[in-house]
Parts: sequence; structure tokens; C-alpha cells
Amino acid sequence: MKSRSQSARIALYLKPLFMNELRVENLHVAIGDQQIVRGLSLAVPRGEVHAIMGPNGSGKSTLAKVMAGHPDYHVTKGKITMDGEDLLALEPDDRARKGLFLAFQYPSEIPGVTIANFLRAALAARLPEGEELEATDYYAKLYEKMELLGMDRSFTSRAVNEGFSGGEKKRTEILQLAMLEPKYGVLDETDSGLDIDALKTVAHGVNTLRGSNIGILLITHYQRILNYIVPDHVHVMVQGRIVRSGGKDLALELEERGYDWARAGADEPVLTR
Amino acid sequence: MKTENKAVDIDRNRGDFAYPEVHIRDAGRGLSEKTIHYISDVKEDPDWVREFRLRGLKTFLEKPLPTHWASKDLEAIDFDKIRYYLAPGSGAKRSWEEVPEDIKRTFERLGIPEQERKFLAGVEAQFDSEAVYSNIKKAVGEQGVIFVGSTEGLKNHPEIFRKWFGKVIPIGDNKFSALNSAVFSGGSFIYVPPGVKVKHPLQAYFRINAESFGQFERTLIIADEGSEVTYMEGCTAPKFETVALHSAVVELVALKGAKLQYITVQNWSSNVFNLVTKRGLAHEDAEIKWIDCNIGSRLTMKYPGVVLKGRKARGEVLSIALANNGQHQDTGAKMIHAADETTSNIISKSISIGTGRATYRGLVHVPKHLKHCKNNTECDALLINSTSRTDTYPAITVRGTGNAVQHEASVSQVSSEQIFYMQQRGLTKAQAMSLSVNGFVNDLVRQFPMEYSVELKRLIELEMEGSVG
Ligand SMILES: Nc1ncnc2c1ncn2[C@@H]1O[C@H](COP(=O)(O)OP(=O)(O)OP(=O)(O)O)[C@@H](O)[C@H]1O
Ligand SMILES: [Mg+2]
Repeated sequence: MKSRSQSARIALYLKPLFMNELRVENLHVAIGDQQIVRGLSLAVPRGEVHAIMGPNGSGKSTLAKVMAGHPDYHVTKGKITMDGEDLLALEPDDRARKGLFLAFQYPSEIPGVTIANFLRAALAARLPEGEELEATDYYAKLYEKMELLGMDRSFTSRAVNEGFSGGEKKRTEILQLAMLEPKYGVLDETDSGLDIDALKTVAHGVNTLRGSNIGILLITHYQRILNYIVPDHVHVMVQGRIVRSGGKDLALELEERGYDWARAGADEPVLTR
Repeated sequence: MKTENKAVDIDRNRGDFAYPEVHIRDAGRGLSEKTIHYISDVKEDPDWVREFRLRGLKTFLEKPLPTHWASKDLEAIDFDKIRYYLAPGSGAKRSWEEVPEDIKRTFERLGIPEQERKFLAGVEAQFDSEAVYSNIKKAVGEQGVIFVGSTEGLKNHPEIFRKWFGKVIPIGDNKFSALNSAVFSGGSFIYVPPGVKVKHPLQAYFRINAESFGQFERTLIIADEGSEVTYMEGCTAPKFETVALHSAVVELVALKGAKLQYITVQNWSSNVFNLVTKRGLAHEDAEIKWIDCNIGSRLTMKYPGVVLKGRKARGEVLSIALANNGQHQDTGAKMIHAADETTSNIISKSISIGTGRATYRGLVHVPKHLKHCKNNTECDALLINSTSRTDTYPAITVRGTGNAVQHEASVSQVSSEQIFYMQQRGLTKAQAMSLSVNGFVNDLVRQFPMEYSVELKRLIELEMEGSVG
């Protein structure tokens, strides 16, 4: 048996083989024979918040769904890894249980299944076989997160997204993010459909979750949300590629100058980091 | 009804096994007068029963298969290959210890009779043709409640038995009721005396063990005036290559002011043809409720009904049918209003998966001269993936004024987008599907006794696991 100090010393010599990051390398995605993502590269380390901004139809949601393993999209080239592990080889549910979360731009409705039951099933799916969720702890956590996001407790007994307003759906996505505590969260236009007060609440929720344990990729059209959730990096995506990357000020510059500016002089894909 | 909050611990996943046969009585394959005499001799039937059987046989042979409206798949049943009577050769035991070892092991693997100790007022277990075990709690027996096999019922209680037997469902009701009348064996006979309210459910468990076998149980339940009783039945069979046939007849009689609830959870293997006739007769101010959950089988044809004979009688059918790949659930309900101020309620939910097919057939009949009758029919279908199909045939004939009918139907899909959404939260495809199905049946299942809703939920999960393979 090695002593504790010995193994600590050994650990010092071991360099990690990979970064703790969500990494996309030279990704090409097609649907049918239409290329939607064309040579996109990106890396979001844990502990950072990256924003992707891009015009309608530039392929932002496609990127998000491909990361999550949506069956409709065909990856023709490139790699996606999470903490060094090949994500493309995994089923969507495996990716989720290993720590990838996608807040959908258009969340599905699940008739008859309450939020409480849905989240409970999702959490239970993460437990080792034979272990069960402790009901009191579960509800305590659920109510705490709902309070953080300014949601009424009555929501727990409503069916997931059924008859929810656009804003309520977005809040529910972030509630799920908060409950499932993923390693990486991809938030696809969580800001759209939120009024200004809701935006502040949701941003506050995300900022509370922010920390060294989670990497966040924030997809948005508008600079507005970035005033509340301040990103470490901003990427501009046009026609399936990252055309510019920079600090948080890039978002302001983009707002001022528009996407044409971003597009100009960026014919070659920019490799970030 | 108050019952314990404890799940019935039957693992139906483990239903697919069979022990070597232990039958001493065997009527052989095929059906003729000889078969009838064999059964009558072995069972020492009184003459009237033997005659009843022979009439049943005659009617069965005369009637064509109902393939003009029902599935042509019925033609796959080779009636000459079926074995109509198989029994271990000794009567039902009152004590579990006396049940033959093999049979005991079968039921123990299925979780019976542990559950009897848990929350039931009585249990009957049928193995192929005959009851091998039947017992009711002492306190229930002391109230005058009779709960025995049909053979024992007709012999020991002829005065009640004969009065109602074959009255709710006559021999010639349909080809399969005629077949059952010819070769019936097993099933339960229950009588609840006036005013007696049986607090806990009585349960029967039907098990097909032998290959190419036909199970033809016959159940008759009489709830006398002002009494209350709940009966639950469960069924399984191992999966053989050959066709098995389950063709039961269940007759319920609720006398004035009585309340009778009949709950079925069937989980047949996919070689079983399940062709069952179920009907109740509700007298004045009485209530009959069928809760019918059909999972599995190759083809199920079953339309529980209530004849609302007395004023203010109430009838209800709550049903769930799950048609997995290659299966056909042809189910529905019949409500025959025959008195003023009678009400009926039908809620049917079907789920079709893959090539599975669900058909709803309803019949609501309110003749012209009746007043203030009400019917509510809701049928909802859920399709999981595009090859599923569902058909609805709601025949509603309501005549006269002052009668109210309400009919709603819906078809919904579980989209691949919904499945993906749930998978993104960490649920497997099978878990996602069973969650959707549970969500779909949820509002209905909430009305079931707790034990059954828990069991049903688990059965759905097992079925979904099988369907995504
Ligand atoms: N399932 C699909 N079938 C056909 N085309 C698709 C599909 N999904 C995406 N596309 C096409 O791919 C392109 C990129 O779509 P995507 O949804 O990724 O854009 P986006 O950047 O998220 O846009 P928005 O800002 O409007 O949300 C669009 O032209 C879209 O029509
Ligand atoms: Mg989008």
C-alpha cells in the first residue's frame, strides 16, 4: 500500500491527457445532401462561459442538437469530445448521463408526465442500479431551484411544457439544468421569449450555477442576455462556421456593426483556442 | 375501497417458463361430443350441465368465425389441434402446502400466494383447466361470502348458481361463448350476501402451462342487494411456438344497490388468442365497473359490457390496451341501457407500438322509450412510431329525447422529437417510451386501486424494454 503523501506526489508528475472541456473539431454536418455545419471548431473548458452568436439559419441549433446526438443529423466529418471521450459514439441518453445538457430552443411537450415525475425519472436514471432517490431530499432541492428561478411550486404538478408559455418553457429548461447538474450546458436561445424581468431571473439562475464545475455554451442572437450572463469568450457563427472569436466586447462590436462585418474577411474558418 | 399501499409483487417478466406437464386427466386434441362426455365424466357433472355443454358444442359448430367483421387471423386457430381439458387430477386445495410441488413452484415464481397475505381477502389459482388452490380469509367466509371454483359452485350451491348461470351471456351470444359453454372448466364462483361489503379484493390467477392448450374458465359473480365486492384476475402463459387459446366467459350480476368491480390485468405471451366474453347485469341502483387492461397476446377480442336493467343503474368500462409489434388488440365496451335514468361511462385508451394494432369497438344502445339516460364515451389512441395503426368503431344508437350522449375521440403520437427530448435528460429510449405511455394512461390509472396501478406501470416498462430490444 502506498501512503497518501506518496500517491499525492505521483499525481504531481501525471499531466492530464486531455483538458476538461467540451471540444468540437472540424465538424461537418449534413441533413439530406445539404451541408449545414462546415468545418466548425470550438472548445469550451469547464469553468468558462462561451457565447455563440449568429444570424437565423446559420446552424446554431444544428450544432447544439448534434452535440446531444439528435438522430436526424449526419456528421460527415470531424469530432466532438467531452473531457476527452468521443461523444459521437454514444447514444443521446448516455451523453446526457455523462454530463451533457441541452436547453432546447423549442422544448417538447410531454403530455401527462408532470415536471416532478419527469425530473425524478431523469435523476433516478443517473443512479447506480438498485439505488433510489430520497423523496424528501429531492423535493427540497426541487423547491429550492424553483425558488431560484422564480417559479411557482404549482408547476411541479403540471405536465412538462404542456400549455406552457414560451417564457415558462425556457424557465423550465433552466430548472432542469439546475436539477441535473451537468458538466456542460448548451443553452440554445434561452433568452428568446423571455420578458425583461424573466430574463434577469433566468440570468441570475444561470449565474448562480456558474462555477468551476460547469462549462456553458450560450447560443443567442442578441447581445442583451450577455449583459446579464457575461461570457468569457464570444464566437460568431455564419453559414456553419465560426468566423470570428474574441472577448465579451466582440458581442458589442457585432451589435454595432452587424453580421456582414463579421462575415467580411472571414472566408477561412477560424480555429479558436 | 381501502387497501394497503403495497405493490403486488408479481414479476410477469418471469412468466415465460413452463414446468413439465403433470396432467393425469387429458381430453386429448380436438373437439367432439366425445370430448364433452370425457369432461363431464371427469368432472362428474350433473345432467343439466352435460346437456348445457352439448348445446354449447352444437352452437359452436354451427356458428361461423366472425371474420366478416373481425380479424382474419382467427383462421390461424386450428380447433382440431387444441387440447381442451388438462388437469392434475385432484381438486383445489385449501392449504398451500397440499398443492403439488411443480404447480406450487410455478405460482411461487409468479409471486402467489405471498400477495394473498398482503392485501387480498381470498385467492384462487388455476393451472390449465382446474383450480389448484382456493382460499378465502376466515373472516370473509364467516360473513357468508362464497368464493370457490365454478365446478364446486355448481355442485355445492346449485340454487344460486343455476339461477344466473348462462343468463347474462347466453350460449349463442357468439361463437366463443358457445365454445366456452361446451368445454368450460375452472373460473370462479362468488356470492356476496345482502349488505356484505367485502373490504379487500378477491383474486384469481389464471395460468396456462401446457402447449397448444385452450383455457376456458367460467366465472360467475353475484353481488346480492346492497353488497360490495372487488374481484381481480391476472393471467400469464409461457411462450410456445404453437397457438394457445384463452376463451373465458365472465358473468356478473349486481342486484339492487350492489357495487361490483371487476379488474383484469392480462399479460399473455404473443402466441395466445384471447377471445373473452364479459358482461354484467346491473339491477336498480346497482353499479358495475370493469377495469380491463390488456397487454400481450397475439389477438385479443374483448368488449366488456353492462346491461343496465334497473332504474338508476350505472355501468362503467375503463380500459387500456397495449398492442406491441405483431399484436392486435381488438377491444371495446358495450352499454345496453334498458331502464330510465341509467348512466354509463366508457373510457378507452389504446397504445400501438411498431406494427401493433389497436381497434376500439363500442356499442351504446339507448332505446327510444327511455328517459334521462346518459352515456359518456372517450377513446384515446396513442401511436408510437408510424407503422402503428388504430381504428375506432363507436356504434352509438341513442333514440328518444331527454337522453344525453357525449363522445370524444383523439389520436396522438409520441414523436421522435419527444423521445429525443427525454433521452437528452438521461432516459433510455425504453424509459422514455414507458414514461410517455404512463403519461397517456395516467389520468385513467389514477382511478385504479393502488396495487394495480403500480403493477400496470411495471408491466408497461417491461413491454417497452422488449419493444426497443
Ligand atoms: N431537420 C431539418 N430538416 C431540414 N433542414 C433543417 C433541419 N434542421 C435544420 N435545417 C436547416 O439548417 C439550417 C440551420 O438551421 P438551425 O436551426 O441550425 O439554425 P439556427 O442558427 O439555430 O437558426 P435560428 O437562429 O433561427 O434558431 C436552416 O437552413 C434550416 O432550415
Ligand atoms: Mg436555432
